[in-house]
Amino acid sequence: MKPPADTIFALSSGALPAGVAVVRLSGPRAFRALEALTQKPLLEARQAALRKIVGRSGLMLDKALVLTFQAPHSFTGEDVVELHLHGSRAVVHAVLGELGEMIGLRQAEAGEFSRRAFENGRLDLIEAEGLAELISAETEMQRRLAVEQSFGGQSALYEGWAQRLTYARAMIEAELDFADEDDVPGSVADKMVQDIRKLQDELGRHLTYARAGEIIRDGYKIAIIGAPNAGKSSLLNALASRDIAIVTEVAGTTRDIIHVDLDLDGYLVKLFDTAGLRDSEDLVEQEGIRRAWMAIEEADLVIHLEEIDSRAERPELPRHKEILWVGSKSDLHQTSLNYDLCLSAKTGEGIPGLRAFIVEKIQGVWAGGSVPTRQRQLDLLKIASNSIRDALNARELEFRAEHLRSAAAALGRITGRVDVEQLLDVIFSQFCIGK
Amino acid sequence: MTVSYDVIVIGGGHAGCEAASASARMGARTALITHKRETIGVMSCNPAIGGLGKGHLVREVDALDGLMGRVADAAGIQFRMLNRRKGPAVRGPRTQADRKLYRLAMQQAIEDHPNLVVIEGDAHDIMTREGCVSGVAMADGRMFTAPSVVLTTGTFLRGLIHIGTERIPAGRVGEAPSQGLSATLARHGVALGRLKTGTPARLDGSTIDWSVVGRQTADDEAVPFSFMTGRITNPQIECGVTRTTDATHKIIADNIHLSAMYSGQIEGVGPRYCPSIEDKIVRFGERNGHQIFLEPEGLDDTTVYPNGISTSLPAAVQEMFIRTIPGLDKVRIVQPGYAIEYDHVDPRELDMSLELRKLPGLFLAGQINGTTGYEEAAAQGLAAGLNAALKAGGHDDPYHFSRSSSYLGVMLDDLTSRGVTEPYRMFTSRAEYRLSLRVDNADARLTPEGIKLGLVGSARAEHYQAFEEAVTRWRLRLKTLSLTPNEAASHGLRINQDGQRRSAFDLLSYQDVTVASLRSIWGELNDVPKRVAEALDIEGGYAVYLERQESDIAVLRRDESLRIPEDFDYAGLSGLSNELKQKLSQQRPSSLAQAARMEGMTPAASALLLAMLRKQPLDRVMRVS
Repeated sequence: MKPPADTIFALSSGALPAGVAVVRLSGPRAFRALEALTQKPLLEARQAALRKIVGRSGLMLDKALVLTFQAPHSFTGEDVVELHLHGSRAVVHAVLGELGEMIGLRQAEAGEFSRRAFENGRLDLIEAEGLAELISAETEMQRRLAVEQSFGGQSALYEGWAQRLTYARAMIEAELDFADEDDVPGSVADKMVQDIRKLQDELGRHLTYARAGEIIRDGYKIAIIGAPNAGKSSLLNALASRDIAIVTEVAGTTRDIIHVDLDLDGYLVKLFDTAGLRDSEDLVEQEGIRRAWMAIEEADLVIHLEEIDSRAERPELPRHKEILWVGSKSDLHQTSLNYDLCLSAKTGEGIPGLRAFIVEKIQGVWAGGSVPTRQRQLDLLKIASNSIRDALNARELEFRAEHLRSAAAALGRITGRVDVEQLLDVIFSQFCIGK
Repeated sequence: MTVSYDVIVIGGGHAGCEAASASARMGARTALITHKRETIGVMSCNPAIGGLGKGHLVREVDALDGLMGRVADAAGIQFRMLNRRKGPAVRGPRTQADRKLYRLAMQQAIEDHPNLVVIEGDAHDIMTREGCVSGVAMADGRMFTAPSVVLTTGTFLRGLIHIGTERIPAGRVGEAPSQGLSATLARHGVALGRLKTGTPARLDGSTIDWSVVGRQTADDEAVPFSFMTGRITNPQIECGVTRTTDATHKIIADNIHLSAMYSGQIEGVGPRYCPSIEDKIVRFGERNGHQIFLEPEGLDDTTVYPNGISTSLPAAVQEMFIRTIPGLDKVRIVQPGYAIEYDHVDPRELDMSLELRKLPGLFLAGQINGTTGYEEAAAQGLAAGLNAALKAGGHDDPYHFSRSSSYLGVMLDDLTSRGVTEPYRMFTSRAEYRLSLRVDNADARLTPEGIKLGLVGSARAEHYQAFEEAVTRWRLRLKTLSLTPNEAASHGLRINQDGQRRSAFDLLSYQDVTVASLRSIWGELNDVPKRVAEALDIEGGYAVYLERQESDIAVLRRDESLRIPEDFDYAGLSGLSNELKQKLSQQRPSSLAQAARMEGMTPAASALLLAMLRKQPLDRVMRVS
């Protein structure tokens, strides 16, 4: 067997500076590199120890917590070393520099650790994809979704579907291939219809969660629109609790789209503050208006803001959009039933209500279950779902079987192939076949 | 003096006969070696040909001008089309066969080949020269040379019959096993396995009380297997149907320890779909009785084959339990049932042309490859005989059947890439392109290939071409005739009123629309011959589905055509898991398509393998058309 090419290393934790920075090494030379850096014999695998990290010049670079994992019992399936350094740029760069000078070591490419783990059979494809998400998870909800996917929650769901599909197919194949058998009742395939329909429903529901997956990953997008001077930027600032947009009393100040990422109860929320939607001769402002319309198009929720009782002309908004009509400056006016909600960015009145509303909206699309997050999975699930639908509509059993075979093939590209031997296993365990 | 041939076939069963005939049809000087001339074409197990999946294989053998379909037509005494009420892709022709008529028709067919001789005797050893086959040495010292040898030993390789605790070395009841050839294969380092199969007792039909058993009749209209058969002329018989009873089950359960199957005496693995009655009772309990078909073995033969109660219980126990079955209470047993164990070769030792990798020139076909069934054997025999003749004729490229165009291709691919864990039997569910691989289009799928290869004789070639021409002509005509939705409605056809003109051919994809039903609209369709109309009905009905499958099939064919060199270095493939590398090195898939179907292969791994294959020098990665 050819040894793996080389040993890779990378800063595995987030941006510097930080309290702690984790540098990971994986490959056949990882342990030797650690010995060189610490100038001490190796410690026992999976035991943490405090060690001086020393450069070639003999200078101490840092004192770090070091850990080793011996192949194949590691994340990548290779020998792995973790250095928990102090997270200063200077320290980390010095250590990475030392590693880079060692023979057989090189900086890892993006995703290379996961790929090695996948290639060494430590992760299945779904898990590998989930892990990539975990690494980039910024909020708690993103982390939960990634964990769900990475540690088998989703695998188990798809596996379950694949098994039910296998069973249904086996019953249908039994009726096709063993029609002359006394023990196979002629109606066995019909009995499967209900189960297949149920499967189809579950798949369909799961697919509608796809949008939720995107929301968790990319953030829930809110466009704040309204007449100039309605107080959009003030609202944004109130929600973000810090000054982002330049808020002035001159109408039409916000020419560009200002956006701010919020962490609302663990959900990533992207707020887009738009230019006023009024007609304008000003070229720069026209550009701002064009962008405002784009933001509306992409938003999951549009907040239309208007000063209470200002009776400003309301814009024509896309009908399928969810719109929250909000009256602003409740510190100056009586609250009014013409709005879903009234608030004052200045006093903070109504702001908690708005936050709660947004969180409830997000929870409405996703309550923590499995969600398909990768385009690859999504495409395959759609094929499976369409094939099952076709199967239910098919008039001949052989066509039904054919559509279900396609469905199983698509699902199998996520969970692993189901072949005829598995169908036959089911058939022979259920029916006494053979004269 | 040694006599030389192009191809020598050892064995005169279903595989051997097809192999010898295929080789002879290819023009090779062929010899068929068998113990006894009169056992050529013997049906050792149940007297029936065809069924679901199996019937497809018979039709394919026939489409390539093989013997089985024609012989079954000559011997068939109860033709039935299974799944008649389901779609054409899953219909399976089957017939009971008169054993004697079958044997005689097969012997006649073998005799009809001028360049095929039958040699009686015991083939003892395969001779080799420089690692390749050079001929066959007989037990009596005779030697025959040939560059290609086809071995079809069935259950004769170290065959061992079990009846209760009794053990008799035999290939079939009353026939000696073949001991020498097992040693030959072992000497060449070929991996052998052991399988088991069984057969029920044979009954004297004149002692059966037919008045108390049910009846199964033949179809009113017998559909022949062979394209070349005009009409079935044999009288058609009925089979009896009866069931086991509580008393039967009790006797079997009480004596289970005496069954060779359950006493630990048998090491071979039996098929799950052909269980002994002991298995049925142990695994599925009483199930309200297990069905038994009482199949007459011939028109003028009183022997009855009780299909459904194969057993390896002692003869006395067999008699006891059989007599508890309605209709059989006074039955006389002509010959007790038995289980038989035999050696087989791990079919992964073979390439897709059924040639043994370790001994070029030696082809294996039939039960020796771990299959079961006459039809599976015959189809392999044809493939082996064809390739043995190609090799003897100096052709470098063997002929490979594709999964996308035949059940034969499905079977050969399954066997050689995945091996067997139990005797392999064909099912329609094994064919992923089942809708394309139908009984009705076997000729269209394979006869043109057979003509190109030289495997199909002139009589069939002409008959087929005339038929194909008629189909083409009428298909074209049907595509020319068209009507508007309004016109269709006026003829009582329910069609979307979308203003689109539809051709008569398009209309065939609608439920209940056939060429015959369109005759009221277009009178000229009265001239379409019946068989042509049937072919077009089915083709029209499947058109939509077949279009969809075409792109899948194109991908498969592409991957099948990408052969992986025999000595490809998987260890050097970085990026594959070690487990997968090991598996690939062990199984040595012959094409990218085979590799892709292996367990654990991901699309990514396939892509990687493809990339590496592309990097190989061009002459290493052979593309075949």
